Amino acid sequence: MATNTLRITALCLLVAAGAACRSANPAAGAGPAAGAGPTTTGPGLIQPGAPGQAGRTVSVADATDLSKVQFTPADVRFMQGMIGHHQQAIEMAALLPSRTSREDMKLLAKRIEVSQLDEIQMMQEWLKSRGQTLPDPHAHHQHDAVLMPGMLTQEQMAQLTAAKGVAFDRLFLEGMIRHHGGALTMVRELFGSPGAGQDSDIFAFASDVEADQQMEIDRMGALLKELQK
Amino acid sequence: MKSVTTRVWTVAALLGGVVLVGAAQQAPPDPKDPRVGLKPGLRDAGVAARNMELTATMPRPEGFFDPKQPAGEPTGPERTTPPADGKPVEGASGAAAPAAPATPATPAAPSAPAAGAKPAPPRPGGGGLDFANSDIAFAGTNMWVGNFHGFNTYDVENPRKPQLLASVVCPGGQGDVSVHGNLLFMSVEQTRGRVDCGVQGITDTVSKERFRGVRIFDISDLRKPRQVAAVQTCRGSHTHTLVPDQNDKSRIYIYGSGTGSVRSGEELDGCSGEEPDKDGNTALFSIDVIEVPIAAPQTAKIINRPRIFADEAGNIAGLWKGGDHGPGTQSTSRTNQCHDITVFPEVGLAAGACSGNGILMDISDPVHPKRLDAVFDKNFAYWHSATFNNDGTKVVFTDEWGGGMRPRCLATDQANWGANAIFDIVDRKLVFKSYFKLPAPQTATENCVAHNGSLVPVPGRDLMVQAWYQGGVSVMDFTDSANPKEIAFFDRGPLDEKRLITGGYWSTYWYNGHVYGSEMSRGLYVFRLLPGDLLTQNEIDAAAAVQAKAFNVQHQDKLTWPAHRAVALAYVDQLVRSGTIPADRSEMLKGAVTNGDAAQLSMIAGRMGERAATLSGVDAARMKALSAVLTSMR
Repeated sequence: MATNTLRITALCLLVAAGAACRSANPAAGAGPAAGAGPTTTGPGLIQPGAPGQAGRTVSVADATDLSKVQFTPADVRFMQGMIGHHQQAIEMAALLPSRTSREDMKLLAKRIEVSQLDEIQMMQEWLKSRGQTLPDPHAHHQHDAVLMPGMLTQEQMAQLTAAKGVAFDRLFLEGMIRHHGGALTMVRELFGSPGAGQDSDIFAFASDVEADQQMEIDRMGALLKELQK
Repeated sequence: MKSVTTRVWTVAALLGGVVLVGAAQQAPPDPKDPRVGLKPGLRDAGVAARNMELTATMPRPEGFFDPKQPAGEPTGPERTTPPADGKPVEGASGAAAPAAPATPATPAAPSAPAAGAKPAPPRPGGGGLDFANSDIAFAGTNMWVGNFHGFNTYDVENPRKPQLLASVVCPGGQGDVSVHGNLLFMSVEQTRGRVDCGVQGITDTVSKERFRGVRIFDISDLRKPRQVAAVQTCRGSHTHTLVPDQNDKSRIYIYGSGTGSVRSGEELDGCSGEEPDKDGNTALFSIDVIEVPIAAPQTAKIINRPRIFADEAGNIAGLWKGGDHGPGTQSTSRTNQCHDITVFPEVGLAAGACSGNGILMDISDPVHPKRLDAVFDKNFAYWHSATFNNDGTKVVFTDEWGGGMRPRCLATDQANWGANAIFDIVDRKLVFKSYFKLPAPQTATENCVAHNGSLVPVPGRDLMVQAWYQGGVSVMDFTDSANPKEIAFFDRGPLDEKRLITGGYWSTYWYNGHVYGSEMSRGLYVFRLLPGDLLTQNEIDAAAAVQAKAFNVQHQDKLTWPAHRAVALAYVDQLVRSGTIPADRSEMLKGAVTNGDAAQLSMIAGRMGERAATLSGVDAARMKALSAVLTSMR
């Protein structure tokens, strides 16, 4: 896996003189040479300094060099891990219709299924477009699988599968709250990894997971309280 | 755009035959609309327009698109002015980059590892958020277009030929901008943002180099903006709103709205992202009020974090808890943030689009906004932005269902989802009247949902020009708040036929006679409105007669119209359209308004005044206003 997650900076080093990573403006024909000054077609690019400090002019190549904020191995692990994590939520939700009698629980399950499917597709696209390995969404079924935070073990899944009625509802809610809590842990770990979470798409997605799953945890917590009445 | 990829349930598919209450309020999209079936493309996409035309377009400047994505769509500059017929241009010759890299020096490099891994397919050009255009601000004859990567300054004195004055590189997204005097304010939320505007991001997880908050630039030299302050906030700033101090012009306030994750207290003192039951000082459930002394912006600081969602018992999480509103309803986000706040100081009100709720606030004390009302809506996923009408008697809220990056204008989508909701303000409370959604279905490769817009100041009517991402531009008439309708549009085909590349119009705003649009990947657009049966040349001229000195869309000023003939004639046209003035008398009346002497104008004004007293509703107001204009024209 590590070989697939080489960062672009590292790749640039492999290419002669780094030119391929720096001069890449298709519109400017050959593009400005690395380190060249601003082009003459516009007013040039200004990069202000920190407050109170002088700005400077920068080349197009330097201005668009996002190689350091593209993605890190931690970003890739987050996306790869989250696919299996989401897949388990779908599997849990699939148990619901035949085991609960509560309409609100059925609706909850449908929504989890749809949103997680949507997001799995997005994560696969993200990985694909960056040339990264797509994990098998069902890898967590393997006996020795390393589970992401909050995921149910095979024993816990079996226990949930065997339950019915109110007992099932309670197990499901407890399990899904823990499962979603694991997603929050994953987001915290992502932002806690040096250099991770800076790519615009992953920043957006991780912020999203955080907001949504916290909301659902609250929602499920309320349902659980209702069950315990 | 909220920083969201797929936050919201794709529930339309789940609903099956369930018919929602209120669904009848909006007709389903029209499959015969001319916007259906437009040719895809970055630069050569098909166009459909009604009652408006393109007058100029400029691609994003160098430094503001991803040079690593040459394959597929060309991403280079195109001609800066379209042909006289207003049709969009094909890529100029320089832009016709070969689909395949001509030399090894053109990258597929990131994915061409020597390590033996399979190369990544090239990422499509023109899309992605890293270099996306965002919100717009205006002052004088200048326009600033925000970008996730910085901002660009244009001179639009000649709206047919905008000139680029400055390109400022300073990443951090979304890059929404506002301008006040010599100061420009910019929102930054992403963790890659740096105090020094560097593009290299931050490697350390805790760093004083990171910047998330509101940047302040001195733009007294338009060509060389200088960063003079950077106010750090816990959640960063997704959007912001300038709020004047009515009693003290030496300072201005900013309402900062953060929607991202809360950073650690280690990085910024006092920041906590805990739930309120764990930490009463949490950065969730508040907005930031920043005070900026105009003469010393470097001393700007947060002076309040009002708990505007608190309930009467003092619970700061007092509004919508998140979730659906019963079977078959939308799932609405939790209210722990505002996405966008629009202030209308002259009426003392602010409208907050706050995730799970729309709220109305009294801002007569701007540092301590007080919530007057909060509404929720079972068809809203995410309360995104708010626009008052010019009288301050209505608010248009938008629902950014899908976060702006998903195709939510499909023919099969619920017509009231991802729409505008129009409210009347009655006794300082919000009263729901109707929904309005783009009436043309879009494809699955076009991200589309209600987004940013502004009023078009036609006197006597409430018009709003609005961006719908790849759904295009639409002008909505909400004079009758219960029956909004579309009166003009402009749309292009999707960026790509097969893939959804995030793009489209982020903002489209009216400014002193033209409509300006920031298209996320295609660049700057300028439009003009054209007369037709739903809008006359007099009405367009009357709107253009309002000349603002500056415009930030989150800050509305009460517009007044000069006593111009066009304004009088606009009212006449409206009264003829509604049948209040018989059509056969309109020419005579218009002749008198155009050529009449003082005595004639006075006589007509008097008669109109008398007639107004016999009318009611909007036509009474128009007749009265007509009388007043004629009186001033004498």
